[in-house]
Amino acid sequence: MNSMPANYLWYIPLLPFVGFLINGTVGRRLPRGLVSAVALLFTAVPACLVAWLWSTMLGAGAPEVLHAATRPWIAITGFQVDFALAVDHLTLIMLAVVTGVGFLIHVYSVGYMALEEGYWRFFAYLNLFMFFMLVLVLAENFLLLFVGWEGVGLASYLLIGFYFHKQSAADAGRKAFVVNRIGDFGFLLAMFLLIVHFGSLSFSQVFGTVAAHPEWHGAAFLTAIALLLVLGAAGKSAQIPLYVWLPDAMEGPTPVSALIHAATMVTAGIYMVARTHVIFDQSPAALMVVACIGAATAIFAASIGMVQHDIKRVLAYSTVSQLGYMFLACGVAAYSAAIFHLLTHAFFKALLFLAAGSVIHALSGEQDMRKMGGLRSRTPITFWTMSAGVFAIAGIPPLAGFFSKDGILYQTFASPNPIGKLLWLIGLITAGMTSFYMFRLWFKTFFGELRLEPAHNTGQAHAHESEHDEGQAAHPHGVHESPWIMLGPLAILALLSVAGGWIGIPAALGGSNHFEHFLDPVFASAASTHGVSALNADQVSHGLELALAAISVLAALGGLYAAYVLYYRKPGSATELAMRARPLYETLENKYWVDELYQSFIVLPLLMLTRGVLELIFERGVVNGSGRASAMVTRGFAWFARKQISGNIRSYAGWLAIGAAAVLAVMTFGRSLWVHL
Amino acid sequence: MVPIAYYLVLAAVLFSIGIGAFLIKRNVITIFISIELMLNAVNLTFVAFAHRWHQIGGQIFVFFVMVVAAAEAAVGLAIIIAIFRTRRTLNVDEIDLMNS
Repeated sequence: MNSMPANYLWYIPLLPFVGFLINGTVGRRLPRGLVSAVALLFTAVPACLVAWLWSTMLGAGAPEVLHAATRPWIAITGFQVDFALAVDHLTLIMLAVVTGVGFLIHVYSVGYMALEEGYWRFFAYLNLFMFFMLVLVLAENFLLLFVGWEGVGLASYLLIGFYFHKQSAADAGRKAFVVNRIGDFGFLLAMFLLIVHFGSLSFSQVFGTVAAHPEWHGAAFLTAIALLLVLGAAGKSAQIPLYVWLPDAMEGPTPVSALIHAATMVTAGIYMVARTHVIFDQSPAALMVVACIGAATAIFAASIGMVQHDIKRVLAYSTVSQLGYMFLACGVAAYSAAIFHLLTHAFFKALLFLAAGSVIHALSGEQDMRKMGGLRSRTPITFWTMSAGVFAIAGIPPLAGFFSKDGILYQTFASPNPIGKLLWLIGLITAGMTSFYMFRLWFKTFFGELRLEPAHNTGQAHAHESEHDEGQAAHPHGVHESPWIMLGPLAILALLSVAGGWIGIPAALGGSNHFEHFLDPVFASAASTHGVSALNADQVSHGLELALAAISVLAALGGLYAAYVLYYRKPGSATELAMRARPLYETLENKYWVDELYQSFIVLPLLMLTRGVLELIFERGVVNGSGRASAMVTRGFAWFARKQISGNIRSYAGWLAIGAAAVLAVMTFGRSLWVHL
Repeated sequence: MVPIAYYLVLAAVLFSIGIGAFLIKRNVITIFISIELMLNAVNLTFVAFAHRWHQIGGQIFVFFVMVVAAAEAAVGLAIIIAIFRTRRTLNVDEIDLMNS
């Protein structure tokens, strides 16, 4: 096949944008079939272009980085930013995830959203998201990346609040937006520092300068930039302390949770850290912060996920926790392990969300796991596909999650990071917890007895407040398997969740880790300074790697066994345990009261400041006061002028006569007066 | 030959009487007459100056003024009759329909 012209890169993001324009403007009047055809077409073609791009980039003599023709965007003296796209191997992976998983989720949505109001709006937003996400990963400078970064935030906001007539959904959208703004603030400051210091925002220029002469820039300065970038990444990738928006984002339709809040957008922060790894490499302190944030988030979110009842919330906290893993990997400079986990996570978490959506669909909108059960026989395909996802994320070999998570754990253990062993231990415990909460979900959903109230089965009461209400009128006959258009993507993602890890089997397990070598051109410099390969060869032993893998498998099996005992063999024992450890259980169930803490220590003081001080003094005093004062002055003049307009013609005539006499007097006597004065 | 000042003083007196009557009187017809008085005071100055400076323009202007005054008188009287028919009064202070 011919190699793809570099300028075709532009079509990859722009085609979904065209789809957005079509559906966003005239979609309302189009039949649903046409709307979905447009949305699917403008996602499928970029996916094909990406496939072509892959074959080009893997072909003989292909450059390491492919640049598309640029157009100047901002050009002032001494500073220029272009519309510039570039593709390297890291971008290739991201492109494959975004277009591939994105396309599958588009297909799934056709079935899932079939009966919803605002069908055209949904697909328009989805295409808009694809556009911005592709801009984000293709951008060759910080500013264009930031455009995509903000754009996906916008699309996320629109889709979380898709059921905007529901107060909780609208609030969740706003929360996501505001929390992300805090992160964006860090990103912006980082860009300002880059402009001041480097006079450029182009990746190649900035990274080239940093890598060539790291001593020119000062470690503290680079650390400052790196930490500001971390703030941005923590907002987008839902890390402590900015993770609070992601669980609430589950208010959006389930395909949105799968695409934006599991597979693609939330990994933008990981991508950004990996992309800017040259800066992080110069700053061990920033790497340490990243690693600690990642490990803390991983275990923190996993512990919350263990006791949630809403199936989507479990998955949401799981996502936060897995993103913590990726952060941890970035923090120990194991960027390719982070990206590998990003890839496999995109497969199995998208699968889990879509399967959860299928479960919710089957139960006519029920999301509470306490009311689920016994779905194994009623929705067999959903069961089998979801099982693939559960085993994959739990880290059971040889599924995808095992290899990627194990890679992270091993590299953390072996990294020269002074607290690497502690981080590894946290990661290991998290792995056990992950396995526990996923199998808990699995047992509660698919085994035992269905615990729905009869009303649900007869389909007469659909008054429950769930996001899926809108589409339920057509399913009055209880539990049902989803249509094929939803199961197809599930099956493909299940295959990827099973086999997706095989591209990265490490040497210790008899593989050759194609994945890591594939990313070598991008991360080679990082690995040599901070990563495992910085150690002496004899320190990196395959025996150690095997032992660690065995331990993490044991942790996963332990989680599986605990969930099996608590939720399958002795179904009541979980409640008993919860009663015995009541304070701990309540802390977890209430998510450590973080939302309440933020509410009382950040939101309320801000509200008091704005309502008490700013509104009273500034809004009412200065703004309203000045308006009112000018109104009063005008009214005073008007009062005076109105008094003169009596409506009496003879008084007008009198004024006229007096005026004329005055003019006459001035003309007659004024000049002589003037002369005398 | 009568000095021009005599004409001008007479015109001023007539004009002042016109203004005074216009401002004081309430009867529409009296007001109308006072307007005519002012117009003719001005006409008098026109012809006086035309005679004094041997300029024909002033005299032509007087004819214009007279034509306009005639037209105005016709229209004005028609309005006055119409008002009187509807409102049974000629007192301008009572004709205040547009004064809110």
